[in-house]
Amino acid sequence: MQRRHLLQSLSALPLLSAGQLFAAPAAQSRLLFVFLRGAYDAANLLVPTSSDFYYASRPDIAVPRPGADLNTAIALNADWGLHPALRDTVYPLWQKGEASFIPFAGTDDVSRSHFETQDSIELGQPLTGQKNYRSGFMNRLAAVINGAEPMAFTDSLPLVMQGSVQVPNTALKSIAKPAVDARQTAIIAAMYKDSDLSSRVTDGFAVRDEVARELSTEMQAASRGAINAKGFELEAQRIARLMKERYNLGFVDVGGWDTHVNQGGASGYLASRLEELGRGLATFAQEMGPAAWRNTTVVVASEFGRTFRQNGNRGTDHGHGSVYWVLGGGLRNAQVAGEQVRVEQATLFQNRDYPVLNEYRAVLAGLFSRQFGLNSKQLEQVFAGVTPRDLGLV
Amino acid sequence: MIRTPTVLLLCALLGACATPPPAANRPGPVAAYQLSNRLTWGATGATLDQAERLGLGPYLAQQLHPGPATLPVAVQQQIDALAISQTPVVALAQDMEKLRLEANATFAVDADKKAAQQAYQQALNRLGREAATRHLLRALYSSNQVQEQMTWFWLNHFNVHQYKSDLRALVGDYEDTALRPHALGKFRTLLGAVAHHSAMLRYLDNAQNAANRINENYARELMELHTLGLGAGYTQQDVQEMARVLTGVGVNLGPDNPQVRKELQADYVRKGLFEFNPNRHDYGPKTLLGQPIRSRGLAELDEALDRLARHPATAHFISRKLAQYWLSDNPPPALVERMAQSFLKSDGDIAATLQTLLSSTEYAQGAGQKFKDPVHYVVSAVRLAYDDKPILNVGPMLNWLNRMGQPLYGRQTPDGYALDAAAWSSPGQMATRFEIAKAIGSGNAGLFKTDGPQPLEKPAFPQLANALYYRALGQTLGPNTQQALAQATSAQEWNSFLLSSPELMHR
Repeated sequence: MQRRHLLQSLSALPLLSAGQLFAAPAAQSRLLFVFLRGAYDAANLLVPTSSDFYYASRPDIAVPRPGADLNTAIALNADWGLHPALRDTVYPLWQKGEASFIPFAGTDDVSRSHFETQDSIELGQPLTGQKNYRSGFMNRLAAVINGAEPMAFTDSLPLVMQGSVQVPNTALKSIAKPAVDARQTAIIAAMYKDSDLSSRVTDGFAVRDEVARELSTEMQAASRGAINAKGFELEAQRIARLMKERYNLGFVDVGGWDTHVNQGGASGYLASRLEELGRGLATFAQEMGPAAWRNTTVVVASEFGRTFRQNGNRGTDHGHGSVYWVLGGGLRNAQVAGEQVRVEQATLFQNRDYPVLNEYRAVLAGLFSRQFGLNSKQLEQVFAGVTPRDLGLV
Repeated sequence: MIRTPTVLLLCALLGACATPPPAANRPGPVAAYQLSNRLTWGATGATLDQAERLGLGPYLAQQLHPGPATLPVAVQQQIDALAISQTPVVALAQDMEKLRLEANATFAVDADKKAAQQAYQQALNRLGREAATRHLLRALYSSNQVQEQMTWFWLNHFNVHQYKSDLRALVGDYEDTALRPHALGKFRTLLGAVAHHSAMLRYLDNAQNAANRINENYARELMELHTLGLGAGYTQQDVQEMARVLTGVGVNLGPDNPQVRKELQADYVRKGLFEFNPNRHDYGPKTLLGQPIRSRGLAELDEALDRLARHPATAHFISRKLAQYWLSDNPPPALVERMAQSFLKSDGDIAATLQTLLSSTEYAQGAGQKFKDPVHYVVSAVRLAYDDKPILNVGPMLNWLNRMGQPLYGRQTPDGYALDAAAWSSPGQMATRFEIAKAIGSGNAGLFKTDGPQPLEKPAFPQLANALYYRALGQTLGPNTQQALAQATSAQEWNSFLLSSPELMHR
């Protein structure tokens, strides 16, 4: 039985029993969280094509309504279109029912500060009350999943992965053969045996070996100049290899979205960032292979959206609501999901940005409970005080 | 409160006690090592001698109020030979702009256009790399080590990202004229220098901020990151008002001044690359933090910066960050409060604020607490390995900083790099550190290999088992580290183990 069918048949069951049923196979289920740092302009990714207000608000940077020209939005339904930079990458996933978008998603934090909001999303804690700055939601998720193997594919450990579970990290942009040999490794580890850093040191060595093993084929190929993937695409390909074999909770961030100036429309700066992102995501899906992809979801999120109207520099400023993406071989279908409103001046938040109608913790809690079969107690540990919202994605 | 003889000694050295220590109370080698190791980018034989000779109070005073920096002759020559040292920034930026415009002009053949764009990017890369080279050479060899650390600190506090537009041509000047001269001076002067520098105005898009076409990027970060700190009580309205104050403040790379309406011509300002263009300024009345700002062009910015720089929230925000950088991830609140008082009393004097910190009992008791970030680890390791013998190529150091996630001028977001251990001690980063320790320790890291088509290598074996080690450093190592060193089968390996030790990860 395919996992998606299994999931569908279980969807009617209360969360508690789903959790018990799923306790064992949870480890086969994989999640990659892709964080777009810098608040990408979601209104140009998922284009509100039925909104005249959108076209009036963005005279220079709007993505044209779907048309014969390839440089127009790709119609997803009567109201929404996809940015054409994703035509060859993410749109095919949509056509196969393996991609969904959640507009008006995000956090209730309205500071409009990148750092404040990135932190609060990564922590995933209630906005009021004392925050624990060493407890990210992916770490708490790792703590409640039986057989979790978390990994941050980043140079440094992001807040979202910090917490009680020790999470390894390694950036996959560039990799090299380990220079410190086995004997030296043991001696160095012994130097740290009484120190706070001890487990980080041993984990670091273990992951180094793991990555070298998994990517040894690529390293051999690379030395013959056979690699043609670049940038995020190459990174995503490597992440897929490691997640296919070993890690089931992954995190990676992609920067460069803070488009205050000249962001472009159907083409231009933002379009090329989206194009590179799309290539990476499609490569990830492909590299996972059909079997693993069926049990994998990829969530793409950003700290907030941008101002709905273009600014004086053909760019956009810090806004509020965003669009989250969910991709995966086990999605029930392709949909623009969650609560929505018509995009008009009257429905803007503070007459400026998209409102947040789909609070990210509730949405992720709903998704995680389905995918990993978490019971309400486990969910409470991941997202305290949140009522999960099941958007029926998986 | 003084508990141990070491603390007593440190207290005397740091000048917490009123009178300078009598000759008989000169710091012992271990105390002198720890002192100089914490005040500099990393102890060397030379800093040990100096700290022993002067005693800590005078040593600290000299570092907080330095004269012109001295560098080894060969290093000074390397720096003097750089294009960024020889060409004024205005000329550099204008040359780059010319290249850019040429590259973007329509060429008959696409390949030409591509080549021209590549040439432009490569020219920018060279300038960015020169700035980083000069930064590292000064960190390694400058006699003014506290000033150099503070230059890095402010570079991080007032972060810019070199890969945005033409910033690679500007970062060298930004560091050298806006930050380093004021690194130990008045915070308000520093803030003003930053606000008038093209690098910051470009990076946070203020060069595009104009009346009725507001871009609030710089205004927001100025309050959130540069002065008051988040949660200091300012509002979205304040951000917008600050953005209006900043309208017209920008950059002019061209040869010509803009046409300015007659009645506003007196308000036009151009200085180097900086320009205040009255045409783009919003002359309407403004209110910032509950007080009006008098409408009068560029002078509004001075008034606003005065208000921000002298705000108690700024004193606390800056003091806490300084204490985090110099002492520990979670500095004692009482110490931060005393620093903030020094900051406010001295009208934001950075040296005075640091004096309060560095001569405190809390600081004296805090040796070995602060985990080195990658820059600190790499610079201190190279200093220890080669003392003041000048390296010939900083390229390997730049690569290591990349690999550990802390490249110079490489932080994309304006918040700068984190200052706490958790950000830099993840498993992946620790594994990378040991690789670097091995590269440095074995002497084949490439630090003495010149760049170019026919690289020349003058091998120089790192001297880690040196006088500094035998007189002081060795005595600070715990038994586990001693045991590891005893298992080394070669000088190379011994060096690598020492540089890998937990003691050398902290200062």
